[in-house]
Amino acid sequence: MGSTRLPYLLLLPSVLFLGVFFLYPFLLVAWEAFNRDGTPTLAHFQTMASHWKFGTALTNTLLLAAVVVPIQLGLALAMAVLVTRMTRGRDMALYVFTIPLGISDLAAGIIWLAIFEQTGFLNSMLQAVGAVDGPRIWLGYQDKATIFLAVVLAEVWRATAIMLVILVAGMGLIPKEYKEAAEVFGASPWQRFTRVTLPLLRPSLQTALILRTILALEVFAVVSALGGTNLPVLMGETYVWQFDLQDRHVAAAYAMVILGISIAFTLIILRVLHVPKEART
Amino acid sequence: MTSEPAHRRRARQLTMALVILLGAWVLVPIYLLVVNSLSSPAEVNGFPKSFFPSFDTGSLGFFLGFAGVTRALLNSVLVAALTMVLSIGLGAPAGYALSRFEFPGKSSYRLLVLMTRAFPLPLLALPLAVLFIRTGLDDSILGLALVHTSLALPFAILITYSLFSGIPLELEEAAWTLGCTRLQAFRKVILPLVLPGITASAIFAFVISWNEVFAASVLTIQNRTLTAFLLQSLDVSPMPLKFAGGFVLVLPALIFIFAVRRYLFAMWGIANR
Repeated sequence: MGSTRLPYLLLLPSVLFLGVFFLYPFLLVAWEAFNRDGTPTLAHFQTMASHWKFGTALTNTLLLAAVVVPIQLGLALAMAVLVTRMTRGRDMALYVFTIPLGISDLAAGIIWLAIFEQTGFLNSMLQAVGAVDGPRIWLGYQDKATIFLAVVLAEVWRATAIMLVILVAGMGLIPKEYKEAAEVFGASPWQRFTRVTLPLLRPSLQTALILRTILALEVFAVVSALGGTNLPVLMGETYVWQFDLQDRHVAAAYAMVILGISIAFTLIILRVLHVPKEART
Repeated sequence: MTSEPAHRRRARQLTMALVILLGAWVLVPIYLLVVNSLSSPAEVNGFPKSFFPSFDTGSLGFFLGFAGVTRALLNSVLVAALTMVLSIGLGAPAGYALSRFEFPGKSSYRLLVLMTRAFPLPLLALPLAVLFIRTGLDDSILGLALVHTSLALPFAILITYSLFSGIPLELEEAAWTLGCTRLQAFRKVILPLVLPGITASAIFAFVISWNEVFAASVLTIQNRTLTAFLLQSLDVSPMPLKFAGGFVLVLPALIFIFAVRRYLFAMWGIANR
């Protein structure tokens, strides 16, 4: 067998698989969103947009992503820098920081529920220091702000690790000579970070931001665990339309909205953090 | 510069203090979940709560004895195992091809793999739910595993690509000159070297499937996985059930991440390129 055909044979199974289970379903979901009994229509989008929850779900999702992703970026960068400065215990610290990587969003929601629920650890602690004289409800249907805060905490807690891993791996690819040269020329640690590390980290920043933003737009189980239906988000509404309201066309319309926003953000991030072709390793 | 050592020491102490603080930020919430799952249901519902577990297995026993839980656990394991096999079986050959060959279409293939990252993949479950009903795959272990494989496959391809790239081509060539066929060289020289890494990426695929909530909830009704079971009973199940469920969900993931920790950084380093 010639080695001209071998690579294609090796790629073929995965190409077929991605064709059937990735490209084809996306065409299907687009078709379901835009047709009724075979004729093209925007009716499903109208149904979706005229439902009172759509606006709230859209705002909540975007607001969550806008709050969560920058915090995570800052925190992940801080963790990465701290770890590179450590002389002892580096592996231990990295392991602990990356533990949440293995924890599902549902489990993260349940973990923070243990803290915020009425008889939870937050109230127990507040009671112990005398700040409240009885369990306070944090996640009730009127407590949108605290539900939002709890979701932000749970998301930052759970999903900063994936950014950290990408950034630490990216920092490992930066040649030491650059840093040493900056030191020789008298750059302060802060200057070295902003003028040397950050620009060279651009490809990793790009990957980390795209991945995290898309996952943030898919937020679902954390919100269900902490807020039930009190804090509607896009993915949660998709689930409601598919399952409870049994209208898969409207669910597909929601999917198109999530997809559209995801692609828009990916393009923006690619644009803003543009990596010149010559600089790619 | 006589103050240099003192200055350095303060900086190091500050670094350590911050690392410990951030470590606590990660570990304390998990600890609190453990406290809840190792307390009796009465204690879980009581107030104020103790910050130490009473090592009562009441909550866990209640959870494991709850109707449908053992079945859901088994389903989760089966789906994750099948996902693991499928994504490595499909992904490893592709990773090998990407690392060893230059061929027309290589960059388009890489684009296809990278593109999967820009899409909210769990949404695939929506059209597939309909498709599966037509093909009889609805509410089945295999059907869900196929969807989870589309989540895990891009990672498997990129990770195995980086693993194979880490092994010098010369090793393989040496085996060929000594009379091995391509397949023999692969089996005797390359495979033993990449096996630990392949295991790590298989575990990673397992965890991706084990943790997945949305597609599992959309695609299963009778054959619910643990995540789907927990999600669908969130608003009706009592607190001890939720916390014990969360604990059972977290535990294997913790062990697995510990097992693959050495590979986490290596695989992302190259996946960026």
